[in-house]
Amino acid sequence: MESKNNWKAWLYLAPVIILMAVFTFFPIINTFFMSFLKDYNYITGNFSGFTFDNYIDILTPINGSGPNTRFNDFMLTALPNTLLLTIITVPLSIIIALLISIGLNSIKFFQKIFQTIFFLPYVTNSMAIGMVFAVIFDTDYGIFNFIFGNSGFPWVSLSPTAIQNGVQINYWAGVFAICFYIIWNSLPYKILIFLSGLQNIDKQYYEAAQIDATPKRKTVWKITVPLLSPQILYIMITSFIGAFKEYNSVIGLFGKDGGAFDTNTGPDSMITMVYFIYNSMSGTTTIQYACAAAVVLFIIIMIFTWIQFKVSKKRVHY
Amino acid sequence: MKRYDDLVLVLKDEGLSTETKEKLSKVSKIVSLILIYLLLAFAALLVIFPFYWMLITSLKNGDEYQRLVPTFWPETVMWSNYADALRRLDFTTLLTNTLIVGVISTFGTLITTIFAAFAFARLEFKGRDLFFSILLATMMIPGEMMVISNYTSVSLLGMTTSTFGAYTAMIVPFLISVFYIYLLRQNFKQIPNELYLAAKVDGKSDWSYLWKVMVPLAMPSLITIFILKLMGSWNAYVWPNLIAGGEKSLYLITNGLRESFNTTADANEYGIQMAATVIVTVPLLLVFIFFRKYIMRGVGRAGIKG
Repeated sequence: MESKNNWKAWLYLAPVIILMAVFTFFPIINTFFMSFLKDYNYITGNFSGFTFDNYIDILTPINGSGPNTRFNDFMLTALPNTLLLTIITVPLSIIIALLISIGLNSIKFFQKIFQTIFFLPYVTNSMAIGMVFAVIFDTDYGIFNFIFGNSGFPWVSLSPTAIQNGVQINYWAGVFAICFYIIWNSLPYKILIFLSGLQNIDKQYYEAAQIDATPKRKTVWKITVPLLSPQILYIMITSFIGAFKEYNSVIGLFGKDGGAFDTNTGPDSMITMVYFIYNSMSGTTTIQYACAAAVVLFIIIMIFTWIQFKVSKKRVHY
Repeated sequence: MKRYDDLVLVLKDEGLSTETKEKLSKVSKIVSLILIYLLLAFAALLVIFPFYWMLITSLKNGDEYQRLVPTFWPETVMWSNYADALRRLDFTTLLTNTLIVGVISTFGTLITTIFAAFAFARLEFKGRDLFFSILLATMMIPGEMMVISNYTSVSLLGMTTSTFGAYTAMIVPFLISVFYIYLLRQNFKQIPNELYLAAKVDGKSDWSYLWKVMVPLAMPSLITIFILKLMGSWNAYVWPNLIAGGEKSLYLITNGLRESFNTTADANEYGIQMAATVIVTVPLLLVFIFFRKYIMRGVGRAGIKG
């Protein structure tokens, strides 16, 4: 029976094994391999040896000259942008989601309706909603500028009149707009996870706190957050990974060029690491940079995840 | 020496009787509840607003869009924006492509997921737990690592040049989803082992047990996977964009949306552009309305320990 099951099980797993070998395991190795190739042309498959130059090129933070200077974008634009978006959006969205979840958990009427509304951004198309936010943040006629009496201030893109007046977009305006959008878009998943975690917390803890007349704030810090720590850790790890891979939001909000900002105020565009990777893939001779960047992204994500596991080991209560 | 008459119980409540005290705590409870409702309502407003703005902008003409004081309901309702948007998107082509790729990859994924989840949940074989952990570990690896190499392989095979090749390239790499395997395995594991043993006693094969007992019992999870996967195809952007390589007839819906409105020239555009985003968003919202339970349960499952 045991041995009979053995080959049968592998037969059931055959599609998974074959497809993952071809489309998951081989590509991981192949991407590592390609990141060390010199002058690789993926259409002909030719290369002229192995080198570390691809890594050195993308990790050099100076403006080069010559035909292949685009790779400097990685250190000068893509990495700073990605880190900035991560540092801003991850903590903010977690705190907001946590507050909303605690609020949701403490009400009875309309809880289901609120819950459904807060989940709505999850079931949207990031490209479509990115375009909607671009309209909301429109320079001349955007509702955002109207509400704050700021008409003519460019957040995302320039209007023809703004171009005529020689107006440029402040980098930090772009950062604000995209962070607003990313947080809006990332709340539903976090709220869903937090709320289901909250609903699983035993009511006894709160009853005990009430008997002791514990202040509400203290209850949140001493009971809710510790008992919710597994969910918070899970959300922290997934949001960090998600933030490092930000791409669709950039394309949705700023268009395929990734925006154009006043270089006196910061990087000239909102391109992220993943944007850099996909952009490098479009040229036949720059794909090795895409591979090197993907490996760097992979290493960064691994390090961050590892740190979070280490730090949380003391703080997470299972 | 202790003097007991020093021991006096002091009630630090400004001389309030227990009755008023109770009333006060009740009032503060109600006030905080109202505050919570207000804050939640405000947050909900922020969440809904982009949808509302998308909808009303999609019905405005260029003049109305350019008002200095924006209107919160279109004065002249421009249904023609939708006709223009459909034409501009080349909607039938996009829908056909998306449905072909979406439906085939969804059914393919369901089959591979059912097989793999069954093997991991019910069958015993050497290296099962190790292999399952390896699968789960691949979820940590950024998909970009795979996308680059898969793209070079697909172009070396010349799959980006023909329509059939392009469809295949869009479907086949995404026939496996480790997350769905994990999801379904959890569900399969909940089905009591006694059922399996009883089926064995009845002389049922694993194959018929899987299709006659396990699949029907796990139907809710399968519906969840079906919907999430189909929504994934609807929202797919990166991979189809690479495969289509600028060939408009191969775009899926999201690519078509971005590509048709990448530059905004005049104000009339905005109404049409928002009409296009409504066209792309509404099917998703409809699916959500009808399958809310399945979607939220499936998405939420990941966070629950297991």
